[in-house]
Amino acid sequence: MADTSVLADAAPRPAPTSLLTAVLNRVVIAVPYLWLLFFFLIPFIIVFKISLSQTAIAMPPYTPVFGLDTLWEALGELSFDNYLWLTEDPLYFNAYISSVVIAAISTFLTLLVGFPIAYGMARAPSAIRPTLLMLVILPFWTSFLIRVYAWIGILKPEGLLNQLLMTLHVIDEPLVILNTHTAIFIGIVYSYLPFMILPLYSSLEKMDYSLIEAAQDLGCPPISAFWKITFPLSLPGVVAGCMLVFIPAVGEFVIPDLLGGSQTLMIGRTLWNEFFNNRDWPVSSAVAVILLLLLIVPIMIFQNAQAKAQEQGR
Amino acid sequence: MSGSWTRFNITSIVLGFAFLYLPIVLLVVFSFNESKLVTVWGGFSTKWYGSLFNNKGLMDAAWVTIRVGVISATFATILGTMGALALTRYTRFRGRVLFSGMVFAPLVMPEVITGLSLLLLFVAVGLDRGFMTVTLAHITFTMCFVAVVVQSRLMTFDRSIEEAAMDLGATPVRTFFQVTLPVIAPAIVSGWMLAFTLSLDDLVIASFTSGPGATTLPMKIYSQVRLGVTPEINAACTLLIGIVALGVIAASLVNKRREVQRVRDEQAAQRG
Repeated sequence: MADTSVLADAAPRPAPTSLLTAVLNRVVIAVPYLWLLFFFLIPFIIVFKISLSQTAIAMPPYTPVFGLDTLWEALGELSFDNYLWLTEDPLYFNAYISSVVIAAISTFLTLLVGFPIAYGMARAPSAIRPTLLMLVILPFWTSFLIRVYAWIGILKPEGLLNQLLMTLHVIDEPLVILNTHTAIFIGIVYSYLPFMILPLYSSLEKMDYSLIEAAQDLGCPPISAFWKITFPLSLPGVVAGCMLVFIPAVGEFVIPDLLGGSQTLMIGRTLWNEFFNNRDWPVSSAVAVILLLLLIVPIMIFQNAQAKAQEQGR
Repeated sequence: MSGSWTRFNITSIVLGFAFLYLPIVLLVVFSFNESKLVTVWGGFSTKWYGSLFNNKGLMDAAWVTIRVGVISATFATILGTMGALALTRYTRFRGRVLFSGMVFAPLVMPEVITGLSLLLLFVAVGLDRGFMTVTLAHITFTMCFVAVVVQSRLMTFDRSIEEAAMDLGATPVRTFFQVTLPVIAPAIVSGWMLAFTLSLDDLVIASFTSGPGATTLPMKIYSQVRLGVTPEINAACTLLIGIVALGVIAASLVNKRREVQRVRDEQAAQRG
């Protein structure tokens, strides 16, 4: 591991006064660093390797390509069969496309729902803002699975929403919402709403509202003041919020599985089925590698936004 | 800058919070439903809670979940706090970009990828899947959340009080435990709670990394939900929500009291 030596020349800012301190300083960096290398980075390399190996009916169900001594030998055995298989079967291609489309639509809907809430919170009297903020975070503390489960009872044909609408005579026939894309959109918007509201709120709260007053004094109608001032100034929050919703939504498993019904294709679910039902580890690894490649650009955007926020916070 | 209530602001907040809370409220209400049909009200009853406590499978899973949660949250808090210190205090070490990438990436990484990659690691190193592997997996993905929470507190930390302590002769180690740690303690506590709830909550990573004898509560709930909505599951969910709500309220009360105490101390110090 090249990185252990790298850690040795870490430059701690408070000048080390003793050997003990110098050692401790290094430990503080090295322990979490090595942990993440071993449990986060190396597993990805393994996924990548296994995605290039042959399927075998054994335990574990793949022919391993490991070991330094067998490296050259193994290189000859690397196979792109799994990736070829992914391109041959339209199932996977469709699953990727529909995951991205569903995630993009849901992200847009979450932005539409989240923006007015974040705006209302940022413009609320400052004394109650912390309370409002806590009320947004609180649902996030309750289980994701439970929150998705709650919607089954609401959306199903004899569920609470249909009962309400039928009692009010809005509809005569129960609406079919559960097991459709609409249910997935509702589920994603609902589950990820706090992730959208929080970054939006933090950029809207910092905004100088006298700019809007000035624009209105100069005769700018409220709507164009919104598009010319409020929205551009909230862009960092919009980008961070959209990435926080979009990236996990693409690989979402629980929501499409519980709300989307059997005909919904989403890649997280395809990977799950490939792994647990077909027990095809190399193909599910290949699915994971391509999913990761698909998400690298949004993840980089997110990292950049995060790094910028860090610089400003300094 | 103080804000103001306009009709638009009030409406959007009220509708927004109704959307966020109504499903949870309905779930809790229907856990007290007499009828076996979850969505038809048949009178008040607590019988589902009784049958819940007699369901040995669910109780075992709950016990596993709590143990995994406490152990993984504790380790994640230690590792995450170290990671946060490394990120804020040491601005220059080689590999820092990689390190901060590894801290932030798991926050958005789809769970199916994290779960699959950890499982393949455990298989590759020959670790039997079970309690231990779930715990290791949970430490890994929750420590990053702890690091982010603690880091945001460290960034607003006034370094001059540390320097003052060291000028007065305290060793760096003593300075850390007597000056830095008390100040960032609230962030560490909320980091632990966040790690614990994330662990309590996780279905996907646990499904990939657990083995026989280590079924967690979300895995159990998930397998029952697939068979249909039952009032017993509503009762289990209500208990989980109750535990988490109590924890969050307790933590915020503790934080508030510390805050009040701190302000009082500062005022006393200024009066001399």
